[in-house]
Amino acid sequence: MRFLFKTDYQDDIRLFPHSGYVTSYGLLLAALVIAPYVLSSYLMSQLVFVCIYATVGVGLMILTGFTGQASLGHAAFLAIGAYTAAYLQQFNVPFPVYFLAAGLLTGVVGALVGFPALRLQGIYLVIATISFAFIVEEIMARWESVTNGNEGMRVKTIQLLGATISRDGPTFYYLCLAVLVLTIVGTLNLLRSPTGRAFVAIRDSETAARSMGINVSLYKVKSFAISAGITGLAGVLFAHKMSFISPEMFTLQLSIEFIIVILIGGIFSLHGAVLGAIFLVMIDPFLTYLKDDMPGVISGIAATFGAGEVRAGHIQDAVAAFASANGLKGAIYGVIIVVFVLFEPLGLYGRWLKIKLFFQLFPLYKRATFKRQKIYVKSERNR
Amino acid sequence: MSYFRAENLSLHFGGLKAVDAVSFAVEKGEILSIIGPNGAGKSSIFNLISRIYPPTSGRIFFEDQDITRQPAYDIARLGIARTFQNIELFENATVLSNLLVGRHRHSTTQLWQELLFLPSVRATEKAHRRRVEQVIEFLDLEPYRDKLISGLPYGVRKVIELARALCSEPKLILLDEPSSGLNVEETDDMSFWIRDMKSELGITVLMVEHDMTLVNRVSDRVIALNYGRVLAMGSPSEVQHHPDVVAAYLGA
Repeated sequence: MRFLFKTDYQDDIRLFPHSGYVTSYGLLLAALVIAPYVLSSYLMSQLVFVCIYATVGVGLMILTGFTGQASLGHAAFLAIGAYTAAYLQQFNVPFPVYFLAAGLLTGVVGALVGFPALRLQGIYLVIATISFAFIVEEIMARWESVTNGNEGMRVKTIQLLGATISRDGPTFYYLCLAVLVLTIVGTLNLLRSPTGRAFVAIRDSETAARSMGINVSLYKVKSFAISAGITGLAGVLFAHKMSFISPEMFTLQLSIEFIIVILIGGIFSLHGAVLGAIFLVMIDPFLTYLKDDMPGVISGIAATFGAGEVRAGHIQDAVAAFASANGLKGAIYGVIIVVFVLFEPLGLYGRWLKIKLFFQLFPLYKRATFKRQKIYVKSERNR
Repeated sequence: MSYFRAENLSLHFGGLKAVDAVSFAVEKGEILSIIGPNGAGKSSIFNLISRIYPPTSGRIFFEDQDITRQPAYDIARLGIARTFQNIELFENATVLSNLLVGRHRHSTTQLWQELLFLPSVRATEKAHRRRVEQVIEFLDLEPYRDKLISGLPYGVRKVIELARALCSEPKLILLDEPSSGLNVEETDDMSFWIRDMKSELGITVLMVEHDMTLVNRVSDRVIALNYGRVLAMGSPSEVQHHPDVVAAYLGA
């Protein structure tokens, strides 16, 4: 184990507490930079989606993980970012301008959503954000002069400094990676300054936050605006990656996927947003693989255990029918969330911390270290 | 003029008069204790001062300024800090970041500066941390500074709440039962700290307390309440021997 001797207030502030962090994150960044020269184009495309989803995850983590305000409306923020980009593109607005404009506009919309949300908590806030998402979805479908309705909009490739940035090329990947890294650094900066601490204070006890001089309403609106703004920026990248956007891409299911990103990854930490994004992007090909191969595998197993040819065929058909049933993906998402909430509430990042501690303390690791403590002293009166 | 003054303060929940036309004044630099049986309205007075409840009627003055209609977060900015009877700490944060939240009323940096973590933000952060370390030293919290609140025992949390209030460098501090749940030794420490707060830091203390030993040791004056009304006011021994107070406690 490493023991840090702090000799300066700076030691508590710096982003990398010791040289080990610099080495490991440096190696990670180097690996990500050379990735386009090593990985196949399919994997690169997946990596771009990881970057985009992780950016949204960081945005949602600020709101839900750090400020404690749940939202099931982030697909709508993504849509607003995407549509702003597609709309402004028609007037030959340069990429940097509409990229920032999309973030700004989404941030303003986020703040506007934040105002009514000030009076709502918990499940009611979730309902309000879902309603907001449905309103936005409906506007996208109906406001045909701007959004082209259900026919959707084409998104042209990015033109930057006279060069064309193809959505499949390495430059676009670097762009997404840069946006993700800058978002994470900005968020970390926020978390080590008064605003970030005010967010966490609001999450843990609004009464105490107020009595410490924190304007709870103002900071909630700020949190909504920042979270939405980041999601809007990700929306622009999302639009370019898809090259075509239509209202049915920004449904409730997408918002739930974002919740999965932060919940599975590990709420309360930015590592969680990235790990959750990797998990979510990986799960889709995995489900496709199951759908294509499971029927054959299961009937094969049945055959080896003595099922006749006809019987095995029936089993294969039944499994195939089950695997291609509508809504199976949503059901699997639901099961994943339930399993994680029950058995690993700290998410993948929590699991990583446990594994790390296990090796650091070996052979003295105690399982009880991470056992959730029941809190007996909690005032309900001043809520 | 008094430093802090409550005039005819009332808080009614329907027919229940939790606080009923209570008037009192706190002089600068004194330690004033409020005592009374359970349900006498002691904590309600604190909740009125820190604006968790709006008063039904009456007015509150601090440094000759009417603060009755100020929003809750402004109370702390004026220099009134408080602790809670049942502890309201930020559970999933470290002791250090809990105490840094106490510095919030002194934060001057803008959002965009914080996003970039400009040198000015770094400088103010260091200044905040220097101040927090002084409070940590004052209350002997060094062993806990990097621990999460959720893993700490009750007695330590009680001290951390006091520390968080002190980090805001208040002029007036409201302590809601500072000794509840503490053992004899910890209560002793608490009484020393309360007196030091007055003599070394120059903070005026308004405190709700049940432990009469602690009240007698630290208080300059005592107010006794029952059923939301003031029974007696004066020096600790005067109040304790006041016939109405004896009747309220013993039912004689």
